[in-house]
Amino acid sequence: MFARASSPYTHGPASVSRTMLRVIYAVLPAAVAATWFFGWGVLINIILATLIALASEAAMLQLRKRPIAPALKDGSATLTAILLGMALPPLAPWWLVLVGVTMAIIFAKHMYGGLGYNPFNPAMVGYVVLLVSFPVEMTQWFAPVALLDSPPGLLASLSYVFSGEFPAAVAGLDSLTMATPLDSLKTDLSLNRTVSEAMAASPVFGILSGKGRDVVNGIILLGGAWMIYKQVIGWQVPLAMLGTLFLIASLFHIINPDIYAGPLFHLFSGGAMLGAFFIATDPVSGATSNRGRLLFGVGVGLFTYIIRTWGGYPDGVAFSVLLMNMAAPTIDYYTRPRVYGEERG
Amino acid sequence: MGQRLHHFHGGLHLPDHKAMSTGKPLEWAPLPKRLTLPLQQHIGAAAKPVVEAGDKVLKGQMLAQASGHVSAPIHAPTSGTVIAIEEHAIPHPSGLKAACIVLESDGEDNWYVHESHPEYEHLEPQQLRSLIRDAGIVGLGGAGFPAHIKLNPGARTAVDTLVLNGAECEPYITCDDALMRERPDGIVAGARIMRHALQARKCIIAIEDNKPEAISAMRDALERIGEPQLQVIAVPTRYPTGGEKQLIQVLTGKEVPLKGLPIDIGIVCHNVATAASVFRAVVKGEPLISRIITVTGENIHEPKNLEVLFGTPIQEVIEAAGGISDNSGSLLMGGPMMGFALHDLQLPVIKTTNCLLAKQPEPARGPTLACIRCGECARVCPASLLPQQLYWYARSKEFDKIQDQNLFACIECGCCDYVCPSNIPLVHYYRYAKTEIWEQERERHAADLARQRHEFQTERKEREKAERAARMKKKKQALADKKKPGKGGADADAKKEAIKAAMERAKAKRVSGEVKPKNVDNLSAEQQRKIDEVDARRAANRDAHESSEEQS
Repeated sequence: MFARASSPYTHGPASVSRTMLRVIYAVLPAAVAATWFFGWGVLINIILATLIALASEAAMLQLRKRPIAPALKDGSATLTAILLGMALPPLAPWWLVLVGVTMAIIFAKHMYGGLGYNPFNPAMVGYVVLLVSFPVEMTQWFAPVALLDSPPGLLASLSYVFSGEFPAAVAGLDSLTMATPLDSLKTDLSLNRTVSEAMAASPVFGILSGKGRDVVNGIILLGGAWMIYKQVIGWQVPLAMLGTLFLIASLFHIINPDIYAGPLFHLFSGGAMLGAFFIATDPVSGATSNRGRLLFGVGVGLFTYIIRTWGGYPDGVAFSVLLMNMAAPTIDYYTRPRVYGEERG
Repeated sequence: MGQRLHHFHGGLHLPDHKAMSTGKPLEWAPLPKRLTLPLQQHIGAAAKPVVEAGDKVLKGQMLAQASGHVSAPIHAPTSGTVIAIEEHAIPHPSGLKAACIVLESDGEDNWYVHESHPEYEHLEPQQLRSLIRDAGIVGLGGAGFPAHIKLNPGARTAVDTLVLNGAECEPYITCDDALMRERPDGIVAGARIMRHALQARKCIIAIEDNKPEAISAMRDALERIGEPQLQVIAVPTRYPTGGEKQLIQVLTGKEVPLKGLPIDIGIVCHNVATAASVFRAVVKGEPLISRIITVTGENIHEPKNLEVLFGTPIQEVIEAAGGISDNSGSLLMGGPMMGFALHDLQLPVIKTTNCLLAKQPEPARGPTLACIRCGECARVCPASLLPQQLYWYARSKEFDKIQDQNLFACIECGCCDYVCPSNIPLVHYYRYAKTEIWEQERERHAADLARQRHEFQTERKEREKAERAARMKKKKQALADKKKPGKGGADADAKKEAIKAAMERAKAKRVSGEVKPKNVDNLSAEQQRKIDEVDARRAANRDAHESSEEQS
């Protein structure tokens, strides 16, 4: 007769799948935009990753003797797959997606006990494993569609993903790839060029960051703002992370604009936006109190800038998120809010 | 009016479902044939019966007296005969039975002669408190704490503000609303008496702004008496504004200290219905024998507010509201957020029964999933706790850590539970942790007592032994002084030998004839370890005992 042993006997509309679905809705416009600017490869990545993620999730639940349907319905595996799919280079070979997604779902998620128990963000674990293990494939980015004479169509893209070759009619691989803005900048700076020289040298740069990338990141920003408005995520992590990145980039840019790119370039490049709104806000692996989330965001922003500027990798969002995941329990320990009636100070 | 209001952290806007039971005039529930009055209807010690089975009693006559400071007497809600004092099921989450006085009404409803005090201004606060205590008045907002205690500020504290809580923030419940609309003058009179008892500077009557009729009725009543120290303040509707601590924060911006009481910051908070019963008790001399109850919910035919005598079976109250249309839902006492489920329609109405709620069955909830630490619970927690962390520690039974997280600041309002996307029964976990901690405290206390007793006993034994030894020595000395050579030496030696031999035999018998342990197959390592420990302890005791035996 009674659903529960004790009060409350009523419940609001919230559910995990509703939350995950809203996050997925918020990221979809950016996924469409990314497909528009970077070709079918983005969409193929996302769909392939989702299928592999759902299959791995089901397999792991089966192995762990847990109910499968509720977990598949909660949308968490799909979200991990979409985020990882968007972070991977378009037209990545199928096995790269397979390795990344299975690493995320099987190792980073289910080996730790499944949803709610993973200390690290699964999508970022998958991404970092790939980045460390397959640096060539992970940095082979296709040029924005607008810069190509004849961008590969859907069938050609599918053929490339699964066989590594385009049909004869499409131009060869070398004419298609182009370093990402962050990558290109890093290389040029190491060749003693200035930031402005580097930006003038490659057509990959756009208004704020890379051609098309600024628009995609702008749409991610809008999706994130919608999630904050809908209270799907708090404002603390995105604001702290982007604010920190902005401030520190501004500081160095003012000190020496020749070797340090400007703050807007940093905000709209690489994984900054996606990281701030969709990845560092992952509640499971992040800090949980509001003050903790501010600290967490500051840390991610800071490490991102440090790795991008002085580290060995062009982007640092994934590493920064994982580093802060490690710090989350400690942050939570020291940032417990003052409860009602507790003495101030 | 004109007063700046403050906010408390978190809280929820809940669908209030109040319209279905408001607006209809208050009615009396029919006089029941048989009334069951639990001796404990309040926080504190159960009342002690002063009547026996077979006694004829009049309406308002005391049936059981308060036992101790924190307790309240019980009075006869109507005239009739006490037919038994025995155990009955009582409305309590545990569903357990407790001692009750069973009264059969004679249908006459004859009043006991009672003393009224219309000019209460001439009474001392202490006299007022006695009248209120003797009338069995407890907090009618839900907790049922004896009212006279909260009306005693003690010598050390001056009371600035008496807050009358008419917020009534729980969904469905409208009993205070009905009371404020229909009997505002009684509340105002009660407020003045309470203010006098507390010597409080001012009195605020706080009402959520979703009750405009109650607010205007109360304001009109205040205008009629024109006392500027009393005012009605409309507070924003937000669950749980009616929580004492939250209401104080909204009205004053102050927080009740974590381990303190409102009185520590010069505030005393009572429910409006308590004020009305104080008025009845002092001015009319009528003890607390009835209250207003909201009978509501989608499954009640005619939801309404009823004035009901304590002890009335819930079934009769529900029938007075047209009965239950559909048994598929749950029947709750209290609101959906903090009430508890009733399993028996024969349970009696008690002093803390503010609402009987027959809700439609909830749409099936999804299964309970793992916590994803989304933090929604922390966002809505009015105590600024981190419910997700409390849950984690409650599950892992880390009771020290959960207390570091201030578990006991939790008011069990249920907001965290309501918003949890993983459907976790969070409040249930907190109740479990609190109970476990109380139990551990009790055990620790008992163990401390036992240890103290043991230490005293050991000390006493040693002291006695020392004293005995001293006496023996003295005796021996005396004997030696008197000793005559050659007499009785051999005899004494032989006797000693015989005693020793007997003791040896007894010892051997004890060792060999020991009871063989049973059920020792298939012991776990833990059990074996415990048994070994016990054996070792026994052996040590035996040795100690024997050596002491040998010594003496």
